[in-house]
Amino acid sequence: MASLKDLKNRIASVKSTQKITKAMQMVAAAKLRRAQEAAEAARPYAERMGNVLAALGAAYAGRQDAPALLAGTGRDQVHLLVVATGERGLAGGFNSSIARLARETAQKLIGEGKTVKILTVGRKGNDILKRVFADRIVDTISFREVRQLGYVNASQVGEKILAMYAAGEFDVATLFYSRFRSVIAQIPTAQQLIPAKFEAPATDAETLNYEYEPDEEAILEDLLPRNISVQIFRALLENNASFFGAQMSAMDNATRNAGDMIKRLTLVYNRQRQAQITKELIEIISGAEAL
Amino acid sequence: MAEGTKLEIVSPERLLLSETVQSVTVPGADGYFTVLGDHAPLMTTLKPGFVTVVNSAGISHVYYVRGGFADVSPEGLTILAEEAEDIAEFDRSKIEGLIAAGLTAQQAAATADEQMRLQQEIDNWRNLLLDASVGTGAAH
Repeated sequence: MASLKDLKNRIASVKSTQKITKAMQMVAAAKLRRAQEAAEAARPYAERMGNVLAALGAAYAGRQDAPALLAGTGRDQVHLLVVATGERGLAGGFNSSIARLARETAQKLIGEGKTVKILTVGRKGNDILKRVFADRIVDTISFREVRQLGYVNASQVGEKILAMYAAGEFDVATLFYSRFRSVIAQIPTAQQLIPAKFEAPATDAETLNYEYEPDEEAILEDLLPRNISVQIFRALLENNASFFGAQMSAMDNATRNAGDMIKRLTLVYNRQRQAQITKELIEIISGAEAL
Repeated sequence: MAEGTKLEIVSPERLLLSETVQSVTVPGADGYFTVLGDHAPLMTTLKPGFVTVVNSAGISHVYYVRGGFADVSPEGLTILAEEAEDIAEFDRSKIEGLIAAGLTAQQAAATADEQMRLQQEIDNWRNLLLDASVGTGAAH
């Protein structure tokens, strides 16, 4: 049985852990709010971009002369998995759930005899995936030094992917990230980047007699590469919000667990103290009686 | 059409402006054009340049935009720009840096096509600086 002093030390250490997790939870909550605002601010752009591309792209469906980013290379032999995760841990299952989805997809593709290449964005995903797929990771991009994610960061990733595509290094690109549903629910998501996929235009209003400057094809060719960066940017922001959400609930749990532990340890401590006092009393009384 | 047109300037990071305005001058791919109310549907890519907005009170304001497109629909005008900021935040030296980088790249360019493309890009930036010294894109 641990001595009273040991117990006291245990309690003190759990208490300081609780203070840390509590502080981390509050920091995550504050950052989550900002990350969520950023994710929401990015939504109009991505949505409009999607609408316009869907309208333009629909005209090219099934045509031979469609731009390569829309039509693909006509093969699906080499797959590029772009795995976006966080830079830090201590966020519950956030990083590992994205990595798991990517790993399962990769294993399925390998099972089908496809070639898989992996591009990791974020240090944690790289750490997890390199255990299994060390030889398949072609590159890794880290935003560890970046304080506030900007569009520049996303276009850096986008340009990298486009350069690889132009060099014919892959046929299909899929982006893995975590979609932010709420503080307690983040959904690991796989989204196909190349060839581009759009939802059908919502209304026929889009097919008005538009005048195009310079022309439809040029606009589409200008927009498709931008769209890649926009999608990545949105994914990064969603990821960021998800990360803080996951961290917040993980730290909330940790704080609660520490509280339970303190309660249990205090109970044991008090019992032992009581037992010791009783023991001392018995000793004194039986000593007095013996006289 | 005295009620003017609805304008939204959106960058990937935020919604910069959303209001009903009298007129908007936009740096389109084939040159600056001005949109008033009830404009015919038009879609164009953007050149780097300045968007001049005349708001409902008749006061004009200038924004710098780069890359993206403008979508004129019956509901109004949407400018989706990769970079969009108030003219007060416009930084001349940044553009000068881009010109210098472009010139270096041109020296290194292998094909004539590539050189042409870069030359066009550099010209775009130079025009932009000219516009900036005049104050707005309205000079066109």
